[in-house]
Amino acid sequence: MADLYIRTDISELPDARGYFGEFGGRFVPETIMPALDELEQAYAEAIADPQFHQELCHLQRTYTGRPTPITYARRLSEALGGAQVYLKREDLAHTGAHKINNALGQGLLAKRMGKRRIIAETGAGQHGVGTATAMALLGLECHVYMGSVDIRRQQPNVFRMKLLGAEVIPVESGSRTLKDAINEAMRDWVTNVETTFYLLGSALGPHPYPMIVRDFQSVIGLEAREQIQDMTGQLPDVCIACVGGGSNAIGLFHAFRDDTATELIGVEAGGRGIESKEHAARFADLDISRPGILHGTRSFVMQDEDGQIMETHSVSAGLDYPSVGPEHAHLRQLERAYYTLATDEEALEAFQALSKLEGIIPALESAHAVAEAIKRAPTMPRDSVLLVNLSGRGDKDLDTVIGILGE
Amino acid sequence: MTKTRERQGISALAAMFARAKAQGRAAFLPYFPIGYPTYDASLEAVKAMAALGADGFEVGIPFSDPIADGPTIQAATQIALENGTTVRKCLDAVKMLRDKGLTQPMLMMGYANPLVAYGTDRFVRDARAAGADGLIVPDLPPEEAAMFADSCAREDMALVFMLAPTSNDQRIDLVTQHVTGFIYVVSLTGITGARRELPAYLKDFIARLRAHTDKPLVLGFGISTAEHVREVSQLTDGFIVGSALVRAGGEGLEAVRELTGSMVEAIRN
Repeated sequence: MADLYIRTDISELPDARGYFGEFGGRFVPETIMPALDELEQAYAEAIADPQFHQELCHLQRTYTGRPTPITYARRLSEALGGAQVYLKREDLAHTGAHKINNALGQGLLAKRMGKRRIIAETGAGQHGVGTATAMALLGLECHVYMGSVDIRRQQPNVFRMKLLGAEVIPVESGSRTLKDAINEAMRDWVTNVETTFYLLGSALGPHPYPMIVRDFQSVIGLEAREQIQDMTGQLPDVCIACVGGGSNAIGLFHAFRDDTATELIGVEAGGRGIESKEHAARFADLDISRPGILHGTRSFVMQDEDGQIMETHSVSAGLDYPSVGPEHAHLRQLERAYYTLATDEEALEAFQALSKLEGIIPALESAHAVAEAIKRAPTMPRDSVLLVNLSGRGDKDLDTVIGILGE
Repeated sequence: MTKTRERQGISALAAMFARAKAQGRAAFLPYFPIGYPTYDASLEAVKAMAALGADGFEVGIPFSDPIADGPTIQAATQIALENGTTVRKCLDAVKMLRDKGLTQPMLMMGYANPLVAYGTDRFVRDARAAGADGLIVPDLPPEEAAMFADSCAREDMALVFMLAPTSNDQRIDLVTQHVTGFIYVVSLTGITGARRELPAYLKDFIARLRAHTDKPLVLGFGISTAEHVREVSQLTDGFIVGSALVRAGGEGLEAVRELTGSMVEAIRN
């Protein structure tokens, strides 16, 4: 495995203003503009420093358990009777999801910058757990904002964060989910910016966050691209990942972006179906989703006619967000990546199918990607290769699933 | 009946500062969100403050996700949204206030997304036609302001940017270069909301800004009492009172009158 855990190709997007084409930018109150400049500068210095790479690389290997393997899903592939399905096992990373990749990277950056107070937002709790874990390891103070609706549906992760020494701060405003947790984290940052590092968990927010998060997650694709060739002798025909903010997807896609024969598919949360309007399919429902500005970045945003942000629905807390990372909006516009959706029902079916056929209980978020694989594989030849990013494990979702399917 | 205002747009703001300066005080600019506690009550509140001697207004457009605002304005603008307050209705409110004879400068203040959804050029044109003189967008730094800058210049609308205690010299110069009307000086590192005391560094902070710019400085965030107002009136060209007046607005028109009256008295004596 190559010793490269972050992409450092500085010639590519975003541009100097933080734009991926017409998406991205930096729409924030003046108070935090200097902090974003400072972060951008510190990050540029860090990735130019071999010691930073070494330190991150060492932690990825000895703490996170990287590289995570790729598993050939033999029984699932046989049942689908088409493409051979491979799973990139981010669920096997320490803490059970890809979020730790970014949390450790930004945690090391915070330490370099001398910031000792760390704040984060979380939806499903995976980023909160990843951050709380990294902060316990690095000895930094950790506060996690989490919507009270999400606290209710992700109890095991709330307990985990507390056990790891983080303070979990319930957010009662708005829809009381991820969107509102980000609002509250940004308000905290505006207030405590001089002492505090905001450890944003997805490839969204003001520049340079979408770039930093992508880079720290690009390890997924860098590993997978090499592993899948070792295993199959070819590049995948299709890569599939779920897209909430889109960090696991961008982390997978990035290494394949020049492999134009490889189709990249992002799967959004279809919730109760597009017609129901209760979903988080920002790219699918263009009646209520269009380019707008939320949380410091210009991207597709689910909003009403008056530009007020809409509440979203998904069975998976991690996808329940009204906007999407700006680089995904750009990849979609370039037609380099294609975006589709899976409904709650389809995700739940995939959740069970993968459990029964492969002995792997996926996170409900990742189950959306599996659902697309289940639809797509039968339409593909048997000698084709379909790679699914299994971004997290499903233990955290058992209460939710029991609530829906019964015991 | 619309009284013809002697000055409109950016020059109306300049005249407001000149008048206050001639009286040896700062200009008093209340912020009030349209639609809170009801649409009509918000108009009544602005009219009452105008009658008592406020020098100009920030007319708030509600947004679902106001990241620069504290609990008071969050709650008030949430109620305004539940009352069906749209961007269009905020523009109508400005028009109605002008029709009722309100002559003080008015600036529209709202987060970027609803204005982008309305159409930035269209918004600036309609706001100017309704009788607004300027625009403040708290999540729009000068770097991202191109979408408003041309139309504001064309329509003679002030496009106000903010500076904060965290702003370095480079940012002070950038804002000075792009701002029209005045600079909104955020008094503290934080979100909006009433505070017991003003920050101790305020004098030094203002002096630091004055060394870089001769644009009018209008202080906001945390200014809550007549005592605060007396203090800042000798320090800046203007000041904004938001959360304290919004809280009064929730109690009723009489509370708004009382707080406004005490502040007007504080700067005139």
